[in-house]
Amino acid sequence: MNLFKNKLTAIASGLLAATCLSSSAVAAEFDGIEINVLTRPGPVIAQRLVERGEEFTAMTGAKIRVNEVPFAELFQKILTDWATGTNSIDVGVFASGWAVELADADLIEDLTPYVEADEKLQFDDIAPFFREFNQKIGGKTKLITIDGDFQMLYYRRDIFDEMGLKPPTNWAEYMAAAKATHGKDMNGDGEPDYGSCIFKKRNAQSYFAIMSVAAGFSQTQGTGQGFFFDTETMKPLINNEAWIEALNVYKATGEYGPAEELNQDIGDTRALVQGGRCALAIDWGDIGPLSIDPAGAAIKDKMGAVAMPGTSRVLDRESGKLVDCTPDICPHAVDGTNFSPFAAFGGWSGAINKKADDDVKKAAYAFLSYMNQPEQSNVDVTMGWTGYNPYRNSQLNSTENWVKAGFSEEFAQNYLGAIKDSLNNPNMASDLRIPGTAQYQGVVLDRELARFLADEITAAEAVANIEEGWEEITEDFGRDTQREMYKASLGITN
Amino acid sequence: MTTSILTSPKRLTRRQRFSEWVDRQASTLFITPAVVLILVFSIFPLVASLIIAFSRFRLGAGSYKVRWVGFKNFEKQFFGSEQFHFLGTFKGMSLFGWVVTIAAALLLIWWLYRYCKTRFWWLGFIGRIISALVFFGIVLLFSATLLSGTQFGTLGVTLFYVFVGCALQFGIGLGIALLCAQPIRGRTFFRVLFFIPLMITPIGIGYAFRMLADTTKGPFSPVWQWAGLGDFSWATDPWAARIFIVIGDSWQWIPFVFIILLAALENIPKDQQEAAEVDGASGWQIFREITWPQLLPVAATVMLIRMIEAFKLVDLPNIMTAGGPGIATESMSLHSYFAWRSLDLGQSAAIAYLLLFVTVVLCVSFFNYVVIGKLRQAA
Repeated sequence: MNLFKNKLTAIASGLLAATCLSSSAVAAEFDGIEINVLTRPGPVIAQRLVERGEEFTAMTGAKIRVNEVPFAELFQKILTDWATGTNSIDVGVFASGWAVELADADLIEDLTPYVEADEKLQFDDIAPFFREFNQKIGGKTKLITIDGDFQMLYYRRDIFDEMGLKPPTNWAEYMAAAKATHGKDMNGDGEPDYGSCIFKKRNAQSYFAIMSVAAGFSQTQGTGQGFFFDTETMKPLINNEAWIEALNVYKATGEYGPAEELNQDIGDTRALVQGGRCALAIDWGDIGPLSIDPAGAAIKDKMGAVAMPGTSRVLDRESGKLVDCTPDICPHAVDGTNFSPFAAFGGWSGAINKKADDDVKKAAYAFLSYMNQPEQSNVDVTMGWTGYNPYRNSQLNSTENWVKAGFSEEFAQNYLGAIKDSLNNPNMASDLRIPGTAQYQGVVLDRELARFLADEITAAEAVANIEEGWEEITEDFGRDTQREMYKASLGITN
Repeated sequence: MTTSILTSPKRLTRRQRFSEWVDRQASTLFITPAVVLILVFSIFPLVASLIIAFSRFRLGAGSYKVRWVGFKNFEKQFFGSEQFHFLGTFKGMSLFGWVVTIAAALLLIWWLYRYCKTRFWWLGFIGRIISALVFFGIVLLFSATLLSGTQFGTLGVTLFYVFVGCALQFGIGLGIALLCAQPIRGRTFFRVLFFIPLMITPIGIGYAFRMLADTTKGPFSPVWQWAGLGDFSWATDPWAARIFIVIGDSWQWIPFVFIILLAALENIPKDQQEAAEVDGASGWQIFREITWPQLLPVAATVMLIRMIEAFKLVDLPNIMTAGGPGIATESMSLHSYFAWRSLDLGQSAAIAYLLLFVTVVLCVSFFNYVVIGKLRQAA
């Protein structure tokens, strides 16, 4: 019912805005223009684009046509369409990290002049990470964010309170809490439930989870240090004890998870969390809004969120071994524990085809701006089904919209606090943003991770294979080019 | 008409000459559209993909770059970083593996020797050499992986789907066809019923089987729990996952085998069987000596079609397990698709051509050495 109310409110407010605007000078500004948007299948991400698109059409006359392809084929479709000059797609909505390869091939429009002339966007209200890092490539705004992504740790606050447990701050505590809660009936259906739920399916999202675990072990000196490659040699920083430990930890969580966890993607684990079957889970910001969804009745006001667990043993990059955290090695550590929240995926963002007609580009920008403006996005991020997570200061600093959407004040503060803790962490780990990202992560890392989880290879073999695969990709794209792109992505200018 | 023109003493007008030329070219003109269509839609992609198989393909601004790399995409599958993925993981051969390999080698040598001694023909000999090498390669592959305690790659998985899947489908399809060929009530109803799975899209079957086989949430979960398998997940065990995919594939394709074999069975004249019954032949003897020889040509064709289709299996492993756990259920088609999806078109095309080679050699060998031999025997 809440979801229905939210949708109704959003549609009503959109129609109201449309009615008001239709009589203004903006009315029919883009009459006769059709914008083809390509993104992943709905309802997540795509459906809200459709609904907001209808509002935008009523306001401006521009028709928004949202096309959907499977997530795994999205980047390939956009790159093929734009690179071969087919140009049937005007706007791509995808992971911000993928845009680097498109920008490198000069396929996406520079949105800097559009943004500078757009007051309604309230550019400064966008959180610095998303404004300066996620949307920009080489100092120019190339993307408009519509979703802010971080992976966080969720726990069942009611169960933890009942058992006298504290939210885990490191992986040892995570495993202990998972062990203690595993097998307990947490939703009152008489069935034993799970201590830990983390998606582990191949060709899905598991490689984001392993990077979230590995970041804490690998990156200590701040965001600019990076944790994928050596910034001088472009050699992968993967064949070391940090990644081996991360792989072992990730696999060990499966002991307290569902039997078929190896075949579960994010949708499967979210269904389990919503069904009240998981004491601990790792996910993006979606679990918060999903907990107030009717399907999440079993966990309403029962969830807690904290930043990803950290570790007191971190990577010494010279030796490749794990060493104890010291103030020199871990300058951002809290009580000797190094935290490195991972901006997994970066967030869904829109980019405009450089070869689109000028009128289409203007209309396409106006639509992306409309999606991003606080009047719309501050409502959209509170609805779990949209897949949009907060990325504006006004979304993160005020609980008003969240409480209006159905959050309790306590959970709203807890949830937004966990996101802000991640976002404001100077050691936050950024996702890979260089050409070939889809191959580095989605093919090599994903495959070797799957083989390790299936006991086909050891952790040491997995990291050696990943190193070999990543070296091949680097050589293929050109080591020097890749190194410069990687350094630029971390904000290293020299 | 042509004759009258040829025998006519007067000179031909321009119109008549044109008409005669059109007449002569008619066959070419009529066939040209079909040839062009075939060239554009079949031969050109085949040649283009062959070129890509020997190249690195990269999309760039407004265009693409194709860099010739020779056999590198193929070399990578056999000796490079993709060896484990395509062939499997090699860590030394077990004693049993050696025994099987040597036995297979001896058998193939004996088979070639026997051919040379009986009816040697150089083209046939070359064909047999190719077949023998491919068969030996397959035996070597399974000996060095499966029989030596390591995992085989997508080639081995594909062969498992082909041989195990087709055998299962043929056995059950033939069994049901024999049952439905009996004069029982509701035969038509069963024919329609058994045919339905063939009309369902493989993606639907993939999702349905994924749900059916879910031990914790699926409709059969009470049965799994009762059997003590509530904590077991087929999707996390390599062999269970492969077997479930074969079951899903068989569920779809058994009706195809069934319906064609049933039609063939019903076309076999009854008088021979009745005569054999009068002579006191048992059911098995009637099947072996009368039914089977007459069923053989159709059965061979059905199996050939099924083998070709099974080599291309991609939907079920993609939907049910996404190729997992690890790479345990990844077929060659899926391997090629995953490479294509990541825009590694060179590798994708190389795998596709390797699949084409294996499919052609095994299917032609099956037809030449098994089917034709049996048909000769039957004749």
